[in-house]
Amino acid sequence: MTTMTETKSEAVEFSKRASFIELSGRERAIALLDQGSWRELLGPFDRMESPWLVMQNITPQSDDGCIILKGKVDGQPCVVISMEPAFQGGSLGEVSGAKITAALDLACRDSKNGKVTSAVVLLETGGVRLPEANLGLAAVAEICSSFISLRQYAPVVCLSAGTVGCFGGMSLLAGLASYVILTRESRLGLNGPEVIEQEHGIEEFDSSDRKLVWAIDGGEQRYMTGMADVLVKDKVEEIAAALRKVLKAGLPKIHRSTQIDLFRKRIAALNTDQQIDPNTLRQTWKRES
Amino acid sequence: MNAEHTALSERGRRWFTALTGTSAQTSTDPMHPASVLVADTKLADETARFLCVVPNPQARFPMASQGEVGLEEAYALAASVREVIDTHKSGKRRPIIAIVDLKSQAYGRREETAAIYHAAATATDAYATARMLGHPVIALVVGQALSGGFLTHGYQANRILAFDDPGVVIHAMHKEAAARVTRRTVAELDKLAETIIPLSYKIEDFAKLGILHELIKVKNAEQPQVDEIKLVSERLATAVADARQGELDLSVRWTSPSAKSSRHATIAAREAMFVQWDNIK
Repeated sequence: MTTMTETKSEAVEFSKRASFIELSGRERAIALLDQGSWRELLGPFDRMESPWLVMQNITPQSDDGCIILKGKVDGQPCVVISMEPAFQGGSLGEVSGAKITAALDLACRDSKNGKVTSAVVLLETGGVRLPEANLGLAAVAEICSSFISLRQYAPVVCLSAGTVGCFGGMSLLAGLASYVILTRESRLGLNGPEVIEQEHGIEEFDSSDRKLVWAIDGGEQRYMTGMADVLVKDKVEEIAAALRKVLKAGLPKIHRSTQIDLFRKRIAALNTDQQIDPNTLRQTWKRES
Repeated sequence: MNAEHTALSERGRRWFTALTGTSAQTSTDPMHPASVLVADTKLADETARFLCVVPNPQARFPMASQGEVGLEEAYALAASVREVIDTHKSGKRRPIIAIVDLKSQAYGRREETAAIYHAAATATDAYATARMLGHPVIALVVGQALSGGFLTHGYQANRILAFDDPGVVIHAMHKEAAARVTRRTVAELDKLAETIIPLSYKIEDFAKLGILHELIKVKNAEQPQVDEIKLVSERLATAVADARQGELDLSVRWTSPSAKSSRHATIAAREAMFVQWDNIK
Protein backbone atom coordinates (compact mmCIF):
# COMPACT_ATOMS: atom_id res chain seq x y z
CA MET A 1 0.00 0.00 0.00
CA THR A 2 1.17 3.51 -0.78
CA THR A 3 0.48 6.32 1.61
CA MET A 4 -0.01 9.90 0.57
CA THR A 5 2.88 12.24 1.27
CA GLU A 6 2.72 15.96 2.04
CA THR A 7 4.32 16.89 -1.25
CA LYS A 8 1.74 14.91 -3.17
CA SER A 9 -1.00 16.67 -1.28
CA GLU A 10 0.36 20.07 -2.32
CA ALA A 11 0.60 18.94 -5.91
CA VAL A 12 -3.06 17.97 -5.83
CA GLU A 13 -4.10 21.34 -4.37
CA PHE A 14 -2.33 23.10 -7.21
CA SER A 15 -3.79 20.81 -9.83
CA LYS A 16 -7.37 21.53 -8.80
CA ARG A 17 -7.21 24.72 -10.81
CA ALA A 18 -5.58 22.95 -13.71
CA SER A 19 -6.41 20.68 -16.62
CA PHE A 20 -7.60 17.19 -15.68
CA ILE A 21 -6.45 15.74 -19.00
CA GLU A 22 -2.84 16.71 -18.31
CA LEU A 23 -2.80 14.60 -15.13
CA SER A 24 -1.58 11.01 -15.03
CA GLY A 25 -4.01 8.21 -14.28
CA ARG A 26 -2.95 8.20 -10.61
CA GLU A 27 -3.19 11.99 -10.23
CA ARG A 28 -6.66 11.94 -11.79
CA ALA A 29 -7.86 9.41 -9.23
CA ILE A 30 -6.30 11.38 -6.33
CA ALA A 31 -7.94 14.59 -7.52
CA LEU A 32 -11.42 13.07 -7.19
CA LEU A 33 -11.17 11.80 -3.62
CA ASP A 34 -11.36 13.72 -0.35
CA GLN A 35 -7.91 14.89 0.64
CA GLY A 36 -6.11 12.39 2.85
CA SER A 37 -9.01 9.91 2.68
CA TRP A 38 -7.50 7.41 0.28
CA ARG A 39 -5.06 4.53 0.04
CA GLU A 40 -3.85 2.89 -3.12
CA LEU A 41 -4.48 -0.84 -3.45
CA LEU A 42 -2.04 -3.03 -5.40
CA GLY A 43 0.12 -0.01 -6.15
CA PRO A 44 3.44 0.00 -8.00
CA PHE A 45 5.38 -1.37 -4.99
CA ASP A 46 3.30 -4.53 -5.00
CA ARG A 47 4.68 -5.28 -8.45
CA MET A 48 1.64 -7.11 -9.77
CA GLU A 49 2.76 -7.23 -13.37
CA SER A 50 1.45 -8.85 -16.49
CA PRO A 51 3.07 -12.27 -16.95
CA TRP A 52 2.41 -12.15 -20.71
CA LEU A 53 4.10 -8.93 -21.84
CA VAL A 54 7.71 -9.90 -21.01
CA MET A 55 7.25 -13.04 -23.08
CA GLN A 56 6.63 -10.71 -26.02
CA ASN A 57 9.50 -8.31 -25.27
CA ILE A 58 7.10 -5.62 -24.04
CA THR A 59 8.09 -3.85 -20.81
CA PRO A 60 5.38 -4.40 -18.20
CA GLN A 61 4.35 -1.78 -15.64
CA SER A 62 4.34 -2.53 -11.93
CA ASP A 63 0.71 -1.44 -11.54
CA ASP A 64 -0.30 -2.93 -14.91
CA GLY A 65 -1.59 0.48 -15.96
CA CYS A 66 -4.50 0.41 -13.56
CA ILE A 67 -4.71 2.51 -10.40
CA ILE A 68 -7.18 1.60 -7.64
CA LEU A 69 -7.76 4.06 -4.81
CA LYS A 70 -10.07 3.29 -1.93
CA GLY A 71 -11.19 6.45 -0.20
CA LYS A 72 -14.06 8.85 0.27
CA VAL A 73 -15.99 11.41 -1.76
CA ASP A 74 -17.80 13.94 0.43
CA GLY A 75 -17.17 11.61 3.33
CA GLN A 76 -18.82 8.61 1.66
CA PRO A 77 -16.90 5.42 0.78
CA CYS A 78 -15.86 5.24 -2.84
CA VAL A 79 -13.38 3.28 -4.94
CA VAL A 80 -11.80 5.04 -7.89
CA ILE A 81 -10.49 2.87 -10.72
CA SER A 82 -8.27 4.70 -13.17
CA MET A 83 -6.86 3.42 -16.44
CA GLU A 84 -3.41 4.90 -17.09
CA PRO A 85 -3.62 6.42 -20.59
CA ALA A 86 0.17 6.44 -21.00
CA PHE A 87 0.64 2.67 -20.60
CA GLN A 88 -0.27 0.53 -23.62
CA GLY A 89 -3.02 2.97 -24.61
CA GLY A 90 -4.92 2.39 -21.38
CA SER A 91 -5.54 -1.17 -22.50
CA LEU A 92 -6.97 -3.90 -20.29
CA GLY A 93 -4.86 -6.94 -19.48
CA GLU A 94 -5.24 -9.93 -17.19
CA VAL A 95 -3.87 -8.24 -14.05
CA SER A 96 -5.58 -4.87 -14.51
CA GLY A 97 -8.79 -6.76 -15.24
CA ALA A 98 -8.50 -8.86 -12.08
CA LYS A 99 -7.74 -5.76 -9.99
CA ILE A 100 -10.89 -4.04 -11.28
CA THR A 101 -13.18 -7.06 -10.83
CA ALA A 102 -11.90 -7.66 -7.30
CA ALA A 103 -12.32 -3.99 -6.32
CA LEU A 104 -15.89 -3.95 -7.66
CA ASP A 105 -16.69 -7.22 -5.84
CA LEU A 106 -15.35 -5.81 -2.56
CA ALA A 107 -17.32 -2.59 -2.99
CA CYS A 108 -20.37 -4.78 -3.62
CA ARG A 109 -19.71 -6.91 -0.53
CA ASP A 110 -19.29 -3.80 1.65
CA SER A 111 -22.41 -2.21 0.16
CA LYS A 112 -24.47 -5.33 0.86
CA ASN A 113 -23.19 -5.25 4.44
CA GLY A 114 -24.46 -1.70 4.88
CA LYS A 115 -21.32 0.26 4.05
CA VAL A 116 -22.48 1.65 0.71
CA THR A 117 -19.40 2.02 -1.48
CA SER A 118 -19.73 3.62 -4.89
CA ALA A 119 -17.32 3.04 -7.78
CA VAL A 120 -15.92 5.47 -10.32
CA VAL A 121 -14.15 4.17 -13.41
CA LEU A 122 -11.90 6.54 -15.34
CA LEU A 123 -12.12 5.22 -18.86
CA GLU A 124 -9.09 6.17 -20.89
CA THR A 125 -8.77 2.98 -22.85
CA GLY A 126 -8.55 1.49 -26.29
CA GLY A 127 -10.06 -1.71 -24.91
CA VAL A 128 -8.58 -5.19 -24.66
CA ARG A 129 -4.76 -5.35 -24.63
CA LEU A 130 -4.06 -7.42 -27.72
CA PRO A 131 -0.86 -9.09 -26.42
CA GLU A 132 -3.12 -10.60 -23.72
CA ALA A 133 -6.03 -11.07 -26.13
CA ASN A 134 -8.33 -13.72 -24.69
CA LEU A 135 -7.63 -13.00 -21.04
CA GLY A 136 -8.37 -9.33 -21.72
CA LEU A 137 -11.72 -10.12 -23.33
CA ALA A 138 -12.57 -12.55 -20.52
CA ALA A 139 -11.75 -9.78 -18.03
CA VAL A 140 -14.17 -7.38 -19.76
CA ALA A 141 -17.02 -9.88 -19.32
CA GLU A 142 -16.10 -10.37 -15.66
CA ILE A 143 -15.84 -6.62 -15.01
CA CYS A 144 -19.25 -6.04 -16.63
CA SER A 145 -20.78 -8.72 -14.40
CA SER A 146 -19.32 -7.25 -11.19
CA PHE A 147 -20.26 -3.71 -12.28
CA ILE A 148 -23.91 -4.78 -12.76
CA SER A 149 -23.84 -6.57 -9.43
CA LEU A 150 -22.55 -3.52 -7.53
CA ARG A 151 -25.03 -1.26 -9.32
CA GLN A 152 -27.87 -2.90 -7.36
CA TYR A 153 -26.55 -1.33 -4.17
CA ALA A 154 -24.44 1.71 -5.02
CA PRO A 155 -24.03 4.12 -7.93
CA VAL A 156 -21.36 3.26 -10.48
CA VAL A 157 -19.95 6.16 -12.48
CA CYS A 158 -17.96 6.27 -15.71
CA LEU A 159 -15.81 9.29 -16.47
CA SER A 160 -13.90 9.83 -19.67
CA ALA A 161 -12.02 13.10 -19.99
CA GLY A 162 -9.69 12.35 -22.89
CA THR A 163 -7.51 12.35 -24.75
CA VAL A 164 -7.43 8.58 -25.25
CA GLY A 165 -11.18 8.34 -24.83
CA CYS A 166 -13.00 5.05 -24.40
CA PHE A 167 -13.23 2.37 -27.08
CA GLY A 168 -13.52 -1.40 -27.29
CA GLY A 169 -15.17 -3.69 -24.79
CA MET A 170 -14.70 -1.28 -21.90
CA SER A 171 -17.18 1.08 -23.60
CA LEU A 172 -19.90 -1.31 -22.42
CA LEU A 173 -19.26 0.00 -18.90
CA ALA A 174 -20.39 3.44 -20.05
CA GLY A 175 -23.63 1.83 -21.24
CA LEU A 176 -24.04 0.07 -17.89
CA ALA A 177 -23.14 3.04 -15.67
CA SER A 178 -25.52 4.83 -13.32
CA TYR A 179 -23.98 8.10 -14.52
CA VAL A 180 -21.64 9.05 -17.36
CA ILE A 181 -19.48 12.17 -17.18
CA LEU A 182 -17.69 13.37 -20.33
CA THR A 183 -15.72 16.34 -21.60
CA ARG A 184 -15.71 17.83 -25.11
CA GLU A 185 -12.26 16.31 -25.57
CA SER A 186 -13.43 12.76 -24.82
CA ARG A 187 -14.66 10.18 -27.28
CA LEU A 188 -16.84 7.19 -26.56
CA GLY A 189 -17.60 4.31 -28.92
CA LEU A 190 -17.36 0.53 -29.33
CA ASN A 191 -15.27 0.43 -32.50
CA GLY A 192 -12.67 3.12 -33.05
CA PRO A 193 -12.71 4.94 -36.41
CA GLU A 194 -9.41 3.32 -37.49
CA VAL A 195 -10.82 -0.16 -36.95
CA ILE A 196 -13.95 0.59 -38.97
CA GLU A 197 -11.85 2.05 -41.78
CA GLN A 198 -9.65 -1.08 -41.74
CA GLU A 199 -12.69 -3.36 -41.91
CA HIS A 200 -14.88 -1.54 -44.42
CA GLY A 201 -12.82 1.14 -46.11
CA ILE A 202 -12.47 4.89 -46.06
CA GLU A 203 -15.93 5.37 -47.64
CA GLU A 204 -17.46 3.91 -44.49
CA PHE A 205 -15.32 5.89 -42.06
CA ASP A 206 -12.50 8.32 -42.80
CA SER A 207 -10.60 8.06 -39.53
CA SER A 208 -8.38 11.04 -40.44
CA ASP A 209 -11.44 13.33 -40.48
CA ARG A 210 -11.25 14.62 -36.92
CA LYS A 211 -14.42 16.68 -37.27
CA LEU A 212 -16.35 13.58 -38.30
CA VAL A 213 -14.84 11.49 -35.49
CA TRP A 214 -15.87 14.01 -32.83
CA ALA A 215 -19.27 14.58 -34.45
CA ILE A 216 -20.00 10.88 -33.89
CA ASP A 217 -18.00 9.77 -30.84
CA GLY A 218 -17.32 13.10 -29.15
CA GLY A 219 -18.37 13.80 -25.56
CA GLU A 220 -20.60 16.71 -26.55
CA GLN A 221 -22.49 14.57 -29.10
CA ARG A 222 -22.98 11.77 -26.58
CA TYR A 223 -24.24 14.30 -24.04
CA MET A 224 -26.56 16.11 -26.47
CA THR A 225 -28.13 12.80 -27.55
CA GLY A 226 -28.82 11.80 -23.94
CA MET A 227 -26.14 9.11 -23.72
CA ALA A 228 -24.22 10.95 -20.99
CA ASP A 229 -25.43 12.71 -17.87
CA VAL A 230 -22.93 15.52 -17.40
CA LEU A 231 -20.71 17.43 -19.81
CA VAL A 232 -17.86 19.16 -18.02
CA LYS A 233 -14.97 21.42 -18.90
CA ASP A 234 -11.47 19.99 -18.63
CA LYS A 235 -10.92 21.46 -15.16
CA VAL A 236 -10.02 19.33 -12.16
CA GLU A 237 -12.35 21.19 -9.82
CA GLU A 238 -15.29 21.08 -12.23
CA ILE A 239 -14.92 17.34 -12.80
CA ALA A 240 -14.59 16.63 -9.08
CA ALA A 241 -17.72 18.72 -8.40
CA ALA A 242 -19.67 16.86 -11.08
CA LEU A 243 -18.71 13.56 -9.48
CA ARG A 244 -19.75 14.74 -6.01
CA LYS A 245 -23.10 15.84 -7.43
CA VAL A 246 -24.00 12.55 -9.12
CA LEU A 247 -22.86 10.49 -6.13
CA LYS A 248 -24.98 12.65 -3.86
CA ALA A 249 -27.99 11.92 -6.09
CA GLY A 250 -27.50 8.19 -5.38
CA LEU A 251 -28.92 5.45 -7.57
CA PRO A 252 -30.92 6.67 -10.57
CA LYS A 253 -34.61 5.69 -10.82
CA ILE A 254 -33.86 3.71 -13.94
CA HIS A 255 -30.55 2.63 -15.42
CA ARG A 256 -30.01 3.56 -19.05
CA SER A 257 -29.07 -0.02 -20.01
CA THR A 258 -32.52 -1.28 -18.99
CA GLN A 259 -34.35 1.15 -21.31
CA ILE A 260 -34.65 -1.34 -24.15
CA ASP A 261 -38.02 -0.31 -25.63
CA LEU A 262 -37.05 3.34 -25.89
CA PHE A 263 -33.86 2.54 -27.78
CA ARG A 264 -35.44 -0.11 -30.01
CA LYS A 265 -38.02 2.42 -31.14
CA ARG A 266 -35.29 4.93 -31.82
CA ILE A 267 -33.31 2.42 -33.88
CA ALA A 268 -36.45 1.33 -35.77
CA ALA A 269 -37.13 4.97 -36.70
CA LEU A 270 -33.70 5.54 -38.28
CA ASN A 271 -33.35 5.73 -42.04
CA THR A 272 -30.52 3.30 -42.69
CA ASP A 273 -30.33 3.81 -46.48
CA GLN A 274 -27.72 6.44 -45.79
CA GLN A 275 -25.35 7.41 -42.99
CA ILE A 276 -27.07 8.90 -39.95
CA ASP A 277 -26.55 12.63 -39.58
CA PRO A 278 -25.23 13.34 -36.06
CA ASN A 279 -26.95 16.74 -35.95
CA THR A 280 -30.34 15.27 -36.81
CA LEU A 281 -29.79 12.70 -34.08
CA ARG A 282 -29.39 15.52 -31.56
CA GLN A 283 -32.95 16.57 -32.41
CA THR A 284 -34.53 13.11 -32.44
CA TRP A 285 -32.64 11.76 -29.42
CA LYS A 286 -32.90 15.02 -27.57
CA ARG A 287 -31.84 14.74 -23.97
CA GLU A 288 -34.48 15.29 -21.34
CA SER A 289 -34.04 18.44 -19.25
CA MET B 1 -15.94 -1.70 -49.44
CA ASN B 2 -12.99 -4.00 -49.19
CA ALA B 3 -14.62 -6.52 -46.89
CA GLU B 4 -14.02 -9.92 -48.41
CA HIS B 5 -17.06 -11.91 -49.43
CA THR B 6 -16.71 -15.17 -47.60
CA ALA B 7 -19.44 -17.77 -47.37
CA LEU B 8 -21.83 -16.98 -44.54
CA SER B 9 -21.76 -19.45 -41.71
CA GLU B 10 -24.82 -21.65 -41.38
CA ARG B 11 -23.68 -23.41 -38.22
CA GLY B 12 -25.70 -21.29 -35.83
CA ARG B 13 -28.94 -21.66 -37.74
CA ARG B 14 -28.43 -25.40 -38.26
CA TRP B 15 -27.74 -26.17 -34.61
CA PHE B 16 -30.54 -23.86 -33.47
CA THR B 17 -32.94 -25.70 -35.82
CA ALA B 18 -31.62 -29.12 -34.76
CA LEU B 19 -31.84 -28.43 -31.02
CA THR B 20 -35.19 -26.61 -31.02
CA GLY B 21 -36.90 -28.47 -33.85
CA THR B 22 -37.85 -25.18 -35.42
CA SER B 23 -36.33 -22.65 -37.76
CA ALA B 24 -39.42 -20.46 -37.73
CA GLN B 25 -39.34 -17.09 -36.07
CA THR B 26 -41.50 -17.33 -32.99
CA SER B 27 -41.23 -13.73 -31.84
CA THR B 28 -44.41 -11.76 -32.37
CA ASP B 29 -42.62 -8.49 -31.77
CA PRO B 30 -42.78 -6.33 -34.93
CA MET B 31 -39.36 -4.83 -34.16
CA HIS B 32 -37.75 -8.26 -33.94
CA PRO B 33 -35.13 -8.73 -36.69
CA ALA B 34 -34.83 -11.90 -38.81
CA SER B 35 -31.22 -12.21 -37.61
CA VAL B 36 -32.14 -13.17 -34.04
CA LEU B 37 -33.69 -16.63 -33.73
CA VAL B 38 -35.81 -17.25 -30.64
CA ALA B 39 -37.57 -20.43 -29.57
CA ASP B 40 -38.93 -21.88 -26.36
CA THR B 41 -38.28 -25.63 -26.41
CA LYS B 42 -38.16 -28.58 -24.08
CA LEU B 43 -34.74 -29.32 -22.67
CA ALA B 44 -34.80 -32.44 -20.50
CA ASP B 45 -37.97 -32.00 -18.42
CA GLU B 46 -38.37 -28.24 -18.65
CA THR B 47 -38.80 -25.43 -21.16
CA ALA B 48 -35.75 -23.38 -22.12
CA ARG B 49 -35.37 -20.28 -24.24
CA PHE B 50 -32.92 -20.67 -27.12
CA LEU B 51 -31.36 -17.64 -28.82
CA CYS B 52 -29.06 -17.38 -31.80
CA VAL B 53 -27.75 -14.57 -34.03
CA VAL B 54 -27.59 -15.56 -37.71
CA PRO B 55 -26.66 -13.82 -40.97
CA ASN B 56 -29.39 -11.76 -42.63
CA PRO B 57 -28.44 -10.54 -46.12
CA GLN B 58 -31.52 -8.26 -46.09
CA ALA B 59 -30.51 -6.50 -42.87
CA ARG B 60 -31.51 -2.83 -42.57
CA PHE B 61 -28.00 -2.10 -41.38
CA PRO B 62 -25.56 -3.06 -44.15
CA MET B 63 -22.65 -3.73 -41.77
CA ALA B 64 -24.73 -6.21 -39.78
CA SER B 65 -25.80 -8.57 -42.55
CA GLN B 66 -23.24 -11.38 -42.24
CA GLY B 67 -23.87 -12.63 -38.75
CA GLU B 68 -22.42 -9.70 -36.85
CA VAL B 69 -24.17 -8.49 -33.70
CA GLY B 70 -25.43 -5.04 -34.61
CA LEU B 71 -27.83 -2.57 -33.04
CA GLU B 72 -31.03 -4.46 -33.85
CA GLU B 73 -29.55 -7.78 -32.82
CA ALA B 74 -28.25 -6.54 -29.47
CA TYR B 75 -31.52 -4.84 -28.52
CA ALA B 76 -33.53 -7.88 -29.68
CA LEU B 77 -31.37 -10.16 -27.51
CA ALA B 78 -31.83 -7.81 -24.56
CA ALA B 79 -35.61 -7.74 -25.08
CA SER B 80 -35.85 -11.53 -25.50
CA VAL B 81 -33.86 -12.21 -22.34
CA ARG B 82 -35.81 -9.60 -20.36
CA GLU B 83 -39.03 -11.25 -21.54
CA VAL B 84 -37.94 -14.51 -19.90
CA ILE B 85 -37.04 -12.68 -16.69
CA ASP B 86 -40.34 -10.78 -16.59
CA THR B 87 -42.67 -13.68 -17.41
CA HIS B 88 -41.14 -16.44 -15.27
CA LYS B 89 -40.66 -14.83 -11.91
CA SER B 90 -41.85 -17.66 -9.70
CA GLY B 91 -40.76 -21.25 -9.33
CA LYS B 92 -37.85 -22.76 -11.14
CA ARG B 93 -36.20 -20.09 -13.26
CA ARG B 94 -36.25 -20.90 -16.97
CA PRO B 95 -32.88 -21.71 -18.59
CA ILE B 96 -31.58 -19.47 -21.38
CA ILE B 97 -29.41 -21.09 -24.05
CA ALA B 98 -27.28 -18.82 -26.27
CA ILE B 99 -26.13 -20.63 -29.40
CA VAL B 100 -23.07 -18.73 -30.58
CA ASP B 101 -21.78 -18.50 -34.13
CA LEU B 102 -20.95 -14.88 -34.82
CA LYS B 103 -18.23 -13.02 -36.64
CA SER B 104 -18.03 -10.07 -34.26
CA GLN B 105 -19.93 -6.95 -33.36
CA ALA B 106 -20.94 -4.83 -36.38
CA TYR B 107 -18.22 -2.43 -37.51
CA GLY B 108 -19.93 0.57 -39.10
CA ARG B 109 -20.39 4.31 -38.98
CA ARG B 110 -24.18 3.98 -38.55
CA GLU B 111 -23.57 1.71 -35.58
CA GLU B 112 -21.19 4.12 -33.85
CA THR B 113 -23.43 7.12 -34.52
CA ALA B 114 -26.37 5.30 -32.94
CA ALA B 115 -24.24 4.17 -29.94
CA ILE B 116 -23.80 0.44 -30.50
CA TYR B 117 -21.81 0.27 -27.24
CA HIS B 118 -25.08 1.00 -25.48
CA ALA B 119 -26.96 -1.68 -27.41
CA ALA B 120 -24.25 -4.17 -26.40
CA ALA B 121 -24.57 -3.03 -22.79
CA THR B 122 -28.34 -3.67 -22.72
CA ALA B 123 -27.87 -7.29 -23.85
CA THR B 124 -24.96 -7.80 -21.44
CA ASP B 125 -27.09 -6.34 -18.67
CA ALA B 126 -30.05 -8.59 -19.52
CA TYR B 127 -27.99 -11.81 -19.65
CA ALA B 128 -26.08 -10.98 -16.45
CA THR B 129 -29.26 -9.99 -14.63
CA ALA B 130 -30.95 -13.24 -15.70
CA ARG B 131 -27.97 -15.23 -14.39
CA MET B 132 -27.89 -13.36 -11.08
CA LEU B 133 -31.61 -14.00 -10.61
CA GLY B 134 -31.03 -17.73 -11.00
CA HIS B 135 -31.84 -18.38 -14.65
CA PRO B 136 -29.20 -20.87 -15.79
CA VAL B 137 -27.55 -19.11 -18.76
CA ILE B 138 -25.63 -21.51 -20.99
CA ALA B 139 -23.58 -20.53 -24.03
CA LEU B 140 -22.96 -23.16 -26.70
CA VAL B 141 -20.23 -22.05 -29.10
CA VAL B 142 -20.69 -23.92 -32.39
CA GLY B 143 -18.64 -21.59 -34.63
CA GLN B 144 -16.97 -18.23 -34.14
CA ALA B 145 -17.34 -16.16 -30.99
CA LEU B 146 -15.37 -13.00 -31.50
CA SER B 147 -14.79 -9.82 -29.61
CA GLY B 148 -17.69 -7.50 -28.73
CA GLY B 149 -20.09 -9.87 -30.46
CA PHE B 150 -19.37 -12.55 -27.84
CA LEU B 151 -19.51 -9.98 -25.01
CA THR B 152 -23.03 -9.16 -26.20
CA HIS B 153 -24.21 -12.73 -26.77
CA GLY B 154 -22.77 -15.54 -24.68
CA TYR B 155 -20.00 -14.24 -22.46
CA GLN B 156 -22.27 -13.57 -19.47
CA ALA B 157 -23.23 -17.26 -19.25
CA ASN B 158 -22.86 -19.32 -16.06
CA ARG B 159 -21.42 -22.11 -18.20
CA ILE B 160 -19.77 -21.95 -21.62
CA LEU B 161 -19.73 -25.09 -23.77
CA ALA B 162 -17.93 -25.29 -27.10
CA PHE B 163 -17.47 -27.82 -29.87
CA ASP B 164 -14.01 -29.33 -30.06
CA ASP B 165 -13.70 -28.46 -33.73
CA PRO B 166 -11.19 -26.44 -35.81
CA GLY B 167 -14.01 -24.12 -36.98
CA VAL B 168 -14.70 -23.04 -33.40
CA VAL B 169 -12.85 -19.86 -32.42
CA ILE B 170 -13.22 -17.76 -29.29
CA HIS B 171 -11.06 -14.67 -29.51
CA ALA B 172 -10.70 -10.96 -28.81
CA MET B 173 -10.09 -10.08 -32.45
CA HIS B 174 -10.00 -11.93 -35.77
CA LYS B 175 -6.56 -13.13 -36.74
CA GLU B 176 -5.78 -10.84 -39.68
CA ALA B 177 -6.74 -7.71 -37.73
CA ALA B 178 -4.84 -8.85 -34.62
CA ALA B 179 -1.71 -9.46 -36.70
CA ARG B 180 -2.04 -6.03 -38.33
CA VAL B 181 -2.57 -4.15 -35.07
CA THR B 182 0.30 -5.91 -33.28
CA ARG B 183 2.52 -5.50 -36.38
CA ARG B 184 3.11 -9.21 -36.82
CA THR B 185 2.47 -11.64 -39.64
CA VAL B 186 -0.21 -14.27 -39.19
CA ALA B 187 2.58 -16.89 -39.11
CA GLU B 188 4.41 -15.01 -36.34
CA LEU B 189 1.18 -14.73 -34.38
CA ASP B 190 0.59 -18.49 -34.70
CA LYS B 191 4.15 -19.18 -33.54
CA LEU B 192 3.79 -16.93 -30.47
CA ALA B 193 0.46 -18.53 -29.63
CA GLU B 194 2.20 -21.87 -29.16
CA THR B 195 3.72 -20.58 -25.91
CA ILE B 196 1.37 -17.72 -25.04
CA ILE B 197 -2.00 -19.41 -24.61
CA PRO B 198 -4.27 -16.31 -24.48
CA LEU B 199 -3.14 -15.42 -28.02
CA SER B 200 -4.11 -18.77 -29.50
CA TYR B 201 -7.00 -19.21 -31.93
CA LYS B 202 -7.29 -22.93 -31.17
CA ILE B 203 -10.25 -23.93 -29.05
CA GLU B 204 -8.20 -26.61 -27.24
CA ASP B 205 -5.85 -23.81 -26.09
CA PHE B 206 -8.77 -21.61 -25.05
CA ALA B 207 -9.98 -24.54 -22.94
CA LYS B 208 -6.69 -24.40 -20.99
CA LEU B 209 -7.61 -20.93 -19.66
CA GLY B 210 -10.23 -22.46 -17.38
CA ILE B 211 -13.08 -20.34 -18.69
CA LEU B 212 -14.86 -23.12 -20.58
CA HIS B 213 -17.13 -25.55 -18.77
CA GLU B 214 -16.83 -28.28 -21.36
CA LEU B 215 -15.53 -29.13 -24.82
CA ILE B 216 -17.91 -31.35 -26.75
CA LYS B 217 -16.46 -33.62 -29.39
CA VAL B 218 -18.71 -33.83 -32.44
CA LYS B 219 -17.93 -35.58 -35.71
CA ASN B 220 -19.61 -32.96 -37.85
CA ALA B 221 -19.94 -29.44 -36.48
CA GLU B 222 -21.25 -28.14 -39.81
CA GLN B 223 -24.11 -30.64 -40.17
CA PRO B 224 -25.85 -31.78 -36.99
CA GLN B 225 -26.30 -35.57 -36.92
CA VAL B 226 -29.23 -37.22 -35.14
CA ASP B 227 -27.18 -39.00 -32.46
CA GLU B 228 -25.07 -35.91 -31.86
CA ILE B 229 -28.08 -33.62 -31.51
CA LYS B 230 -29.18 -35.90 -28.67
CA LEU B 231 -25.71 -35.81 -27.13
CA VAL B 232 -25.48 -32.00 -27.29
CA SER B 233 -28.96 -31.66 -25.85
CA GLU B 234 -27.96 -33.88 -22.93
CA ARG B 235 -24.78 -31.87 -22.33
CA LEU B 236 -26.85 -28.67 -22.27
CA ALA B 237 -29.24 -30.17 -19.73
CA THR B 238 -26.31 -31.30 -17.59
CA ALA B 239 -24.80 -27.82 -17.76
CA VAL B 240 -28.15 -26.34 -16.68
CA ALA B 241 -28.22 -28.64 -13.66
CA ASP B 242 -24.60 -27.82 -12.87
CA ALA B 243 -25.26 -24.07 -13.11
CA ARG B 244 -28.12 -24.43 -10.63
CA GLN B 245 -25.69 -25.96 -8.15
CA GLY B 246 -23.06 -23.26 -8.60
CA GLU B 247 -22.46 -19.60 -7.88
CA LEU B 248 -24.51 -16.93 -9.64
CA ASP B 249 -21.40 -14.88 -10.46
CA LEU B 250 -18.59 -15.73 -12.89
CA SER B 251 -16.09 -16.92 -10.24
CA VAL B 252 -16.06 -20.44 -11.70
CA ARG B 253 -13.89 -18.99 -14.49
CA TRP B 254 -10.94 -18.34 -12.16
CA THR B 255 -11.57 -21.09 -9.57
CA SER B 256 -11.69 -23.95 -12.09
CA PRO B 257 -8.79 -26.47 -12.12
CA SER B 258 -7.41 -25.19 -15.46
CA ALA B 259 -7.55 -21.58 -14.31
CA LYS B 260 -5.33 -22.40 -11.35
CA SER B 261 -2.35 -22.82 -13.67
CA SER B 262 -3.11 -20.48 -16.57
CA ARG B 263 -4.77 -17.64 -14.65
CA HIS B 264 -2.45 -17.57 -11.67
CA ALA B 265 -1.94 -13.81 -12.13
CA THR B 266 -5.71 -13.28 -11.91
CA ILE B 267 -5.87 -15.33 -8.72
CA ALA B 268 -2.83 -13.62 -7.15
CA ALA B 269 -4.13 -10.11 -7.92
CA ARG B 270 -7.55 -11.00 -6.58
CA GLU B 271 -6.24 -12.48 -3.34
CA ALA B 272 -3.91 -9.51 -2.74
CA MET B 273 -6.75 -7.07 -3.38
CA PHE B 274 -8.95 -8.80 -0.79
CA VAL B 275 -6.18 -8.65 1.82
CA GLN B 276 -5.29 -5.00 1.21
CA TRP B 277 -8.90 -3.82 1.01
CA ASP B 278 -9.68 -5.27 4.41
CA ASN B 279 -6.55 -3.75 5.94
CA ILE B 280 -8.10 -0.33 5.48
CA LYS B 281 -11.06 0.59 7.58
